Amino acid sequence: MNLKDIKNQFPIFKSNKNLVYFDTANSAQKPKQVIDALEDFYKNHYANIGRAVYGLAARATADFESTRETIKEFINGTEGEIVFTKNSTESLNLVAYCFGKFLKEGDEIILTEAEHHSNYVPWHFLRKKKVNIKFIPINEDGEVEVNKLTSLITNKTKIISVIHISNVTGLTTDLKKIISIAKAKKIPVCIDGTQAVAHTYVDLKELDCDFYAFSSHKIYGPTGVGILYMKNKWIEQFEPFIGGGGMIQNVDTKNITYASGVSKFEAGSLASAEVVALKQAVKFVKDIKIKNIISHEQSLASYALDKISKFNDIEFVGTPSNKGSVFSFNIKGVHAHDVSTVFDEDDIAVRAGHHCCQILHKKMKIGSSLRMSFGVYNNKQDIDAICESIKKCKKIFKL
Amino acid sequence: MDLTELYQDLILDHGKKPRNFGKCNKFNHDAEGHNPLCGDNIHVYLSLDNEKKVKDISFEGSGCAISVASSSIMTEIVKGKSEKQARELLNAFFKMIKEGQEIKKVGLSEDEHIKFSSLAGVGRFPMRVKCATLSWHTLRAALDDEKKPINSEVID
Repeated sequence: MNLKDIKNQFPIFKSNKNLVYFDTANSAQKPKQVIDALEDFYKNHYANIGRAVYGLAARATADFESTRETIKEFINGTEGEIVFTKNSTESLNLVAYCFGKFLKEGDEIILTEAEHHSNYVPWHFLRKKKVNIKFIPINEDGEVEVNKLTSLITNKTKIISVIHISNVTGLTTDLKKIISIAKAKKIPVCIDGTQAVAHTYVDLKELDCDFYAFSSHKIYGPTGVGILYMKNKWIEQFEPFIGGGGMIQNVDTKNITYASGVSKFEAGSLASAEVVALKQAVKFVKDIKIKNIISHEQSLASYALDKISKFNDIEFVGTPSNKGSVFSFNIKGVHAHDVSTVFDEDDIAVRAGHHCCQILHKKMKIGSSLRMSFGVYNNKQDIDAICESIKKCKKIFKL
Repeated sequence: MDLTELYQDLILDHGKKPRNFGKCNKFNHDAEGHNPLCGDNIHVYLSLDNEKKVKDISFEGSGCAISVASSSIMTEIVKGKSEKQARELLNAFFKMIKEGQEIKKVGLSEDEHIKFSSLAGVGRFPMRVKCATLSWHTLRAALDDEKKPINSEVID
């Protein structure tokens, strides 16, 4: 597949001709085949899944379940270990809530200082039970200092939950090292893979973590669907997260028994059309091939870093080396929101703020930053456009 | 609207060199304001004398050029006014920004009127309205002795 023409497959760029979209880390735009799949399902195949016995519902259910199979193959997971949620945030809340039931006063959880709030706040809730949270520090380059993990582990450490790729610096956490240290101590590991899937290789058999969370909307799929991979032993041990239809086995006025397997965690009607269309997003990514995505995004990142760092007054968040799809920066002396308003006048979409990573920003002594993130549809002209806009910005703010 | 109209010299100047910055002496009212999505924080301090006149007013905090300039200009304009006038001014400010209503001089000098009006253009950038209004909401909270920090994300 030719990445040069891939932009044509995204209708958003036809209706917004001048749009330069650098906010894929926030949410990816949708290719036509995903939008068509949503429409096709609603127009031609819609019925609620997993409930009724008529043919339409049975076919819709089969279509829905086949996405689970597609996801399993895509991340090299295992049969029966893929749970559908609302988003990555809900996936991580599920893990923290259900795992939290096993914890007691004095137990310890280890996170990193690079976590998105979605992999911190759910664990923070457990502080009510007097559970302690420790953080693997990040250094001034923004890297997670994995060599400090061993010294943080005690016999009270119950779980380690870490980000795969930072949504601010774009740096990759050394997961292999973390998992091998954790395994030696028999500590389960949960990974927030929200920024990794569709940007780098994700092979869960090779990683062998206990939990892996990501979102559909960040991998060119519809909104409203999260994915949680969790090992079967946790599926069996965890109590349900939310209750309702679809997650029960038998109900009477005194007792309830729960469904087995992933159904136990999928109460209520799910975003079935979105899950069905997610299959097309995965197909889209697989057709391009991850290796082509990596080389495309890395070449864009190095072109962008090269051009942007030529301006005076640019400050990067962390060291801009070895980066893929995301990096953040500031124009010294101008607040990120003011820069973003100037970019917006030129139809350039970047995220400005703390990107739900206040701990990282505080550690790096930055209030806010501008984040550039890439998708398959970006090209070098996009980067030339943002450089022109930076020039304009410097003129307006008299730098 | 041209961006240079939004980021006119007066606003850039107040954004870079805010006036009345820090804690003023003997303040007897204060309030905090936050804009959690932007990360903007502001603390307004003011000293009301026996005749309910704003004897002194200042602010501390961080934010974008619009938010800092709006705070700085607010303190310059409100200083020396009565509490009643201050409340009229903040209502006039919200009307100007949110409804594009042209403001009458409401007892302002020519210079004060220019400063006050310099922020009118923010109204045409809906995503930036809360940057400009944060300090004025916080002023209202200080006058009302609100103990809980206000959140401009919720108000605007």
